[in-house]
Amino acid sequence: MDFLRPASWEEALAAKAEHPTAVPIAGGTDVMVEINFDHRRPEYLLDLNRIGDLYEWEVGADSVRLGASVPYTRIMENLRGELPGLSLASHTVASPQIRNRGGVGGNLGTASPAGDAHPALLAAGAEVEAESVRGTRLIPIDEFYTGVKRNALAPDELIRAVHIKKADGPQQYSKVGTRNAMVIAVCAFGLALHPATRTVRTGIGSAAPTPVRAKAAEEFLNAALDEGGFWESGKIITPSVAKQFADLCAAACNPIDDVRGTASYRRHAVGIMARRTLTWTWESYRGTAAPTEGVA
Amino acid sequence: MRVNFTVNGRRQEADDVWEGESLLYVLRERMGLPGSKNACEQGECGSCTVRLDGIPVCSCLVAAGQVEGREVVTVEGLADYAKQRAEHGSCGTGACGTSVDEAKGWQAKPLDSQTGEGTQLAPIQQAFIDAGAVQCGFCTPGLLVAADEMLEHNPTPSDADIREALSGNLCRCTGYEKIMDAVRLAAARQGEAV
Amino acid sequence: MSDISAKGAPIGTPTKVTQGSQTKGGIGESTLRPDGTLKVTGEFAYSSDMWHEDMLWGQILRSTVAHAEIVSIDTVEALKTPGVYAVMTYDDLPTDVKNYGLEIQDTPVLAHGKVRHHGEPVAIVAADHPETARRAAAKIKVEYRELPVITDELSATAPDAILIHEGRDDHHIGHVPHPNIVHRQPIIRGDVAAARERADFIVEGEYTFGMQDQAFLGPESGLAVPAEDGGVDLYIATQWLHSDLRQIAPVLGLPEDKVRMTLSGVGGAFGGREDLSMQIHACLLALRTGKPVKIVYNRFESFFGHVHRHPAKLYYEHGATKDGKLTHLKARIVLDGGAYASASPAVVGNASSLGAGPYVIDDVDIEAIALYTNNPPCGAMRGFGAVQACFAYEAQMDKLADKVGMDRVAFRQLNAMEQGTIMPTGQPVDSPAPVAELLRRVKAMPMPPEQQWLAAGEAADVRQLPGGLSNTTHGEGVVRGVGYAVGIKNVGFSEGFDDYSTAKVRMEVVGGEAVATVHTAMAEVGQGGVTVHAQIARTELGVTQVTINPADTQVGSAGSTSASRQTYVTGGAVKNSCELVREKVLEMGRRKLGTYHPAWATAELLLEGGKVVTDGGEVLADLADVLEGEAVEIEAEWRHRPTEAFDLRTGQGFGHVQYTFAAHRAVVEVDTELGLVKVIELACAQDVGKALNPLSVIGQIQGGTTQGLGVAVMEEIIVDPKTAKVRNPSFTDYLIPTILDTPTIPVDVLELADEHAPYGLRGIGEAPTLSSTPAVLAAIRNATGLELNRTPVRPEHLTGT
Repeated sequence: MDFLRPASWEEALAAKAEHPTAVPIAGGTDVMVEINFDHRRPEYLLDLNRIGDLYEWEVGADSVRLGASVPYTRIMENLRGELPGLSLASHTVASPQIRNRGGVGGNLGTASPAGDAHPALLAAGAEVEAESVRGTRLIPIDEFYTGVKRNALAPDELIRAVHIKKADGPQQYSKVGTRNAMVIAVCAFGLALHPATRTVRTGIGSAAPTPVRAKAAEEFLNAALDEGGFWESGKIITPSVAKQFADLCAAACNPIDDVRGTASYRRHAVGIMARRTLTWTWESYRGTAAPTEGVA
Repeated sequence: MRVNFTVNGRRQEADDVWEGESLLYVLRERMGLPGSKNACEQGECGSCTVRLDGIPVCSCLVAAGQVEGREVVTVEGLADYAKQRAEHGSCGTGACGTSVDEAKGWQAKPLDSQTGEGTQLAPIQQAFIDAGAVQCGFCTPGLLVAADEMLEHNPTPSDADIREALSGNLCRCTGYEKIMDAVRLAAARQGEAV
Repeated sequence: MSDISAKGAPIGTPTKVTQGSQTKGGIGESTLRPDGTLKVTGEFAYSSDMWHEDMLWGQILRSTVAHAEIVSIDTVEALKTPGVYAVMTYDDLPTDVKNYGLEIQDTPVLAHGKVRHHGEPVAIVAADHPETARRAAAKIKVEYRELPVITDELSATAPDAILIHEGRDDHHIGHVPHPNIVHRQPIIRGDVAAARERADFIVEGEYTFGMQDQAFLGPESGLAVPAEDGGVDLYIATQWLHSDLRQIAPVLGLPEDKVRMTLSGVGGAFGGREDLSMQIHACLLALRTGKPVKIVYNRFESFFGHVHRHPAKLYYEHGATKDGKLTHLKARIVLDGGAYASASPAVVGNASSLGAGPYVIDDVDIEAIALYTNNPPCGAMRGFGAVQACFAYEAQMDKLADKVGMDRVAFRQLNAMEQGTIMPTGQPVDSPAPVAELLRRVKAMPMPPEQQWLAAGEAADVRQLPGGLSNTTHGEGVVRGVGYAVGIKNVGFSEGFDDYSTAKVRMEVVGGEAVATVHTAMAEVGQGGVTVHAQIARTELGVTQVTINPADTQVGSAGSTSASRQTYVTGGAVKNSCELVREKVLEMGRRKLGTYHPAWATAELLLEGGKVVTDGGEVLADLADVLEGEAVEIEAEWRHRPTEAFDLRTGQGFGHVQYTFAAHRAVVEVDTELGLVKVIELACAQDVGKALNPLSVIGQIQGGTTQGLGVAVMEEIIVDPKTAKVRNPSFTDYLIPTILDTPTIPVDVLELADEHAPYGLRGIGEAPTLSSTPAVLAAIRNATGLELNRTPVRPEHLTGT
């Protein structure tokens, strides 16, 4: 095993080009577990800790360019307004110690269906900034996840940042685990209202081979909200609409039975989370009810 | 490979480090600092918590090569770290930016008696003893580092704040009640001292 | 090899600790731990912290399948790996003794011809770095021919079932109905058939208890250092040094005095260190290579490296009259012992003899068995057979109270045992048994406020809700439930086992002050035995300074740190040796100074505040003047009153020396839509006889309560029923409660002395683990209306998915 310590982003890209099998390590919260437990012996470890750019973010007019290594703790503390869904998701990540080290780049690189950030990114809308010595490209988040723990990165590419749409409406995130802290998702759900475009986006984690959006549910809800004039009137969403939305979200799942939960529970729980997060975001949008986003 | 970094204010160098070694292994097996504990080595228990440039992290998940040139504080250096903080004022962020020269003044000293009685302790360490928060003690070092850091930026935590801040540290012996007591006690003493 | 001893003791060798006291510091005070400062500074050396110059690292290769014949093992490539010093298999074992075991020596040191469970040790490697050892172990080629797996009672006792152990010759084989049953214990008293006729109500239930892991945080680890005399020094975390020694020495082919064991720091135990783990492997490698060998399991290996709590199926039938009196009990308890016997026979004894719970039931028919299967071996864990039974009988009590139409607590109180009650074993309960009073106290505690998630303001604080930080509910679907449970546990070793401890106590004058030194082989695993020993020495010898020597095999056995027995038995031994020392000191005083004061001959004399005083408080002499330059030292064994074996057909017999009781009230909030649970409060009332150290007592009760909570809502080792392989050997998927899962645990301590026990004390460590689980389950049932006959409860069970 070789340990590569590039001092700059350019050096990192060059190293990755030279050693496409090199495993990038930033927070180490996935890679080191695999090494400690002898599950993986990469030929090269490519340390990204010395590349300061990766720990920075820029808030633009429409989006936030979030460096791949910005720790979850920083997202929670600094980007709650711009990225409320991702902030809530960040707060569910493992433990304070892990949130101090891990960042969205690692979640994307690992591309585990259980990664906590994915549903929030899918719901908000995002693009992954991938770069290699060949150049930079932006990969739409919907095209990023290609299979179980597989993503659209080329072997010589590294994730530099993720461009996430700034919230133009309420966002929510909910995750089921069988413990009240420090738990891997049995399943997770992200929801974002986009009043500017009068659309709703979703994200589902741990309930399919990849993180997915519930597109049929989104289309149904978009149409229902539009036809009912809900966006203008801010009326309470009727229970039948909420139920239909929840059912369609559950139907978007393609889960498995494993030690963390059964497939049928995952479908069920996604439906419940979909209904609840819709209620919380919509109440927030209406601006009438007590704050419902939850505090911690 | 060779790795140089600062531990508890003292420059350290480790040679022949295997590339897959964790910071935890280097501290425990190469630097004679076994205070950080190896309970799970998968980031699920917090027993190995140290401060890396002021930030609490699981040292089992930091690759040794990643700490090159950085500063680490372990439980062995906690008392002096707290003393420095008390003397120079809280930095608020946790990243105090102590200079190496300054830090050399508070490197961990050997104990002066067999029980360690008379040893100067950080307030959180004393509170853990006084409240009965130590049983087997294996989780204690990690909890101390985490709790000390929380009190640094949140001197008057609610119970829910304490629970959240310590939710990454497993304890199997105490049921956490005495740990809650200890942190409340340390916070109260800290409040009296100000 | 001769260079080793020259280098001296390894780093991390335990040293004595000396503790003074500002106050009397005797029993009944909450003195602080003598090792507390060492533990908070990181200086306290646990077994995994041991370090020796030039030490090697040991690695174990474990079976990847649960049941198979070993066709071949090829170690050639492993041995060729640079940095590897030794590779050993069964064929390299040095003597004819190749098995070990607590009661039945059925466990191979290294697999021979066959593996019987997933993760069984097959080969061991020593190398200069743990990674070298891992890579070498990975190069060992083992060819398996898989056999069908036995995973439950049906497959174990089928007429054509493969025998897990061929040719059994242990002392249980004669009375078990099938060779795949380790032990069977019936408990039969009265006439169940006739009593059943008197019942107005009968309830039946079938209950399932999952496999729990002790999940101590300090992994199995130790350092073996070969010695010049051909022996070995072993620094180890264990629960019972002398039991380990008895099993280790014959395998090594060494006399016991050449295997010198010292207790290293122990990072929790809870039963999981009662059996050997890496002890023999480290010694074998050290003796083979002539170098110190350290072995440290990681968490993955730890799940394979120790036995677990027996999973169980329990079939219960109770009857009651319409005025709420219990008529009878029929029960069948099937414990899965896994591939090796470990403590299974004793667990069977407990499950059966305590299977009726703390109730008066005259007509009882209980049968408990433990199976041999290809599942992971199971043995000791806090509560030890009584836990599984309590889960079942407490569920039954709720069902029966409901049928009778009585309040659930009142129903229990009506049937509660008390001092004088005859157990189903025929043994009278001869010390206080305040079961009804414990229930009264726990019920009388104030209830926690409702909807605490709104306490901080308008927005819901998700930390106070089911799901916690995962933000699953802001109050939707949340229903509160309350449940009660009470349990009975035995203290100390039962069934005729010669249960004793040894204590060596020394008294001398140092710097003009009388000081005491206590030396035992008691394993301090976190429980605070060292604190209590210092307190006992102060109380009995009137000193303030007490030195606690490291536990080792240079002193006689202290028995195991298990069965809630250490304060009783080793505490009793320390008290006894102190009394013997005191007698000698008083003799010296009479001899030297007796002529100066008549009270030397006539009064009851005590040692207090460093002086000899009369019971009237008159000071006769300073201890420094009595002892002068002499030291008084006594090493003596002390045993509790004898017990006797249970009759193999009827289960009758004076089997247990003491009983201990705790009751819980659980308040939970359940997100009924998502099936997530938050325990809001777990109140406990427990009789402790006499709290030698109240702070430690409460710590034990809260810790035990939390382990019971864990197995109620999250903890379970999941074994694939088709392959018998463990599916979740990690802290990612075997979950134990975090601080956000653990509620406030108010404790009400009752102190009713047991006149048979030292200071009237009662063993306390295990009882709170019993009733915690059924109380939480009862509260969840109360919130959801579901029957829930299985623990742990999963979201699937609460949502019907």
